[in-house]
Amino acid sequence: MSIWAHWPILPIVLPFLAGAALLLLRDTRLGCRAALAIAATCAQLLAGGVLLAMTDGWGAASWPGGAGVYELGGWAAPFGIVLVADRLAALMLTLTAALGLAALIYSLARWERAGIHYLSLFQFLLMGLNGAFLTGDLFNLFVFFEVLLAASYGLALHGSGPLRVKSAMHYIVVNLAASALFLLAAALIYGVAGTLNMAELARRVARLDPAGRGLFDIGAALLGIVFLVKAGAWPLNFWLPAAYASAAPPVAGVFAILTKVGVYALLRFSVLLQDVGAPAPFEGAWLFYCGLATLAAGSCGVLAAQKLDRLAGYLVIVSSGTLLAAFGFAGTTLTGPALYYLVASVCGSGAFFLLVELAERNRSAAADLLAISFEAFGLQDRYDAENTYEMAGVAIPAAMAFLGLSFFSCALLLTGLPPLSGFIGKFALISAAIAAQPHAPLSHVALFVAALLLSGLAGLIALSRLGIRLFWESERPVPRLQWVEAAPIGALILLCVALTFAADPAMTFFEATAQSLHDVPAYERAVLPTVEDAAGNAGRSP
Amino acid sequence: METVLALAIGVLGGSGIYLLLRPRTFQIVMGLSLLSYAVNLFIFCMGRLRLDALPLIDPRQGGEPSLYADPVPQALVLTAIVIGFATTALFLVVLLASRGLNGTDHVDGREPEKD
Repeated sequence: MSIWAHWPILPIVLPFLAGAALLLLRDTRLGCRAALAIAATCAQLLAGGVLLAMTDGWGAASWPGGAGVYELGGWAAPFGIVLVADRLAALMLTLTAALGLAALIYSLARWERAGIHYLSLFQFLLMGLNGAFLTGDLFNLFVFFEVLLAASYGLALHGSGPLRVKSAMHYIVVNLAASALFLLAAALIYGVAGTLNMAELARRVARLDPAGRGLFDIGAALLGIVFLVKAGAWPLNFWLPAAYASAAPPVAGVFAILTKVGVYALLRFSVLLQDVGAPAPFEGAWLFYCGLATLAAGSCGVLAAQKLDRLAGYLVIVSSGTLLAAFGFAGTTLTGPALYYLVASVCGSGAFFLLVELAERNRSAAADLLAISFEAFGLQDRYDAENTYEMAGVAIPAAMAFLGLSFFSCALLLTGLPPLSGFIGKFALISAAIAAQPHAPLSHVALFVAALLLSGLAGLIALSRLGIRLFWESERPVPRLQWVEAAPIGALILLCVALTFAADPAMTFFEATAQSLHDVPAYERAVLPTVEDAAGNAGRSP
Repeated sequence: METVLALAIGVLGGSGIYLLLRPRTFQIVMGLSLLSYAVNLFIFCMGRLRLDALPLIDPRQGGEPSLYADPVPQALVLTAIVIGFATTALFLVVLLASRGLNGTDHVDGREPEKD
């Protein structure tokens, strides 16, 4: 077995080992810890990039259908757990690592020292995310969800403080209840279909008798509710703005992709089950109206938000709603543009979350809060005592100019105004929706276009209102920025700019990704090469 | 046996959900625990109820699957128990932190205003 065959496991093993190693290093060895964390995240970015290239046919041409299947423990698919690295998974892995790297570098400025085990938890969060994108097994998906959620509980609490504990508690309770539902769903689906492997599940559902099919639909409905909770779909998203707003900025930055895990899981299952008549939450019309409701609720929240951090949370909901509506739209032509929009909006909202704290520095009580948490954790180590964080690093000249420009770019990205990639994403979505018109009902097209434009308008109003209040305030000392804080924001925005300039090849790539995603038989053949379609008997033996 | 098990799952799950909807953090912990008992029993019974059947292959009996209980739900339930235990422990810590910071055990961090 060549080294390339083991490549799909890397995005899980790397953060796992790095997170474990970081636990062993003393808190005072800041440089060493930071170097290890950055090296691990860079390696994940590289692993994701290589996987992306390999699914495109580079290096290992032996992958059938462009999907790399890794059998854990060498057990073949229906019996063992498999990891499936297809194009969509590789794309999400790369995006996660890029966003994670930006948030990690940002947090090294000072947030890393606001609590304990930050870097380890961060690596475990990346491990959970990568695993959730890669796995081809329903129960394994649950396990990786729990890994990422457990890490995210710790990260949401990072820095402590009453506000953070309160909103993190709501976040934890909602997600623990959702996990219970996930277990019920997985058990019910296993009890009816007799398999947890996602590819085999898609085959077996078609052969279920009506009674079994009813039970399976109940299981799938529970599963869909869980994914909708994660995706932040209305009305299951009331925990989201508070949890994201009160989390530490780099944590909120990386949380920008957490909702996309739910969207990803919904997309994956709805594609796998579409041939057999996908049950309620995975079926197009449901997803579409759910997305529209999320868009409407998110837009209302955007207009009502009085603070930047809450606004950022509502913008994440809006982007989730857009994606759900696009994936629920009739036909498959919207998937490619929706993936483009997903990448642009994740980078944009990640940069925005990082920017919020910088923009509000010298205005808010964030610094006081941080000081309290430093005391609470007794983390005034030697390094801190010698260099107070306010003075560390070189202050960037023209800090306000940088902040203003970044804020402006983020606003363009998140509301979908030209010329940045947010506009291209939304434009492609709208044009694909209009082009799908003979197949899709006219009312759907009209609703979709109107919802997209109106949500953009709401975002624009809210962002310009808060931007005016923030940047045209006269009696305010110019905030001191550090390069480590400014560079990640700049990099994320530059990524979006690059996506704008390379819109044509990027869109071609996302279209190809969507095409390979919708090619379910190829996915099944890749996962279950030896199992013939007709061989398995219907359902499980009693 | 089916009736007893179904009743047990129903009562545990119902009480769990009732407690989950209460405003005190301790009630929520209890609710989550009861709910996870219900879920674990549910996973367990998804392998179908069998008496005196091993989940592991016994060399003396041979490999005939109908002689054995389904081992997969038993493996799943083990994982679920471990994860549920860990997250409940974590939630207890958050509960205590919230109690310590706010001086109240209400989930909103403050007592509701009395009319």
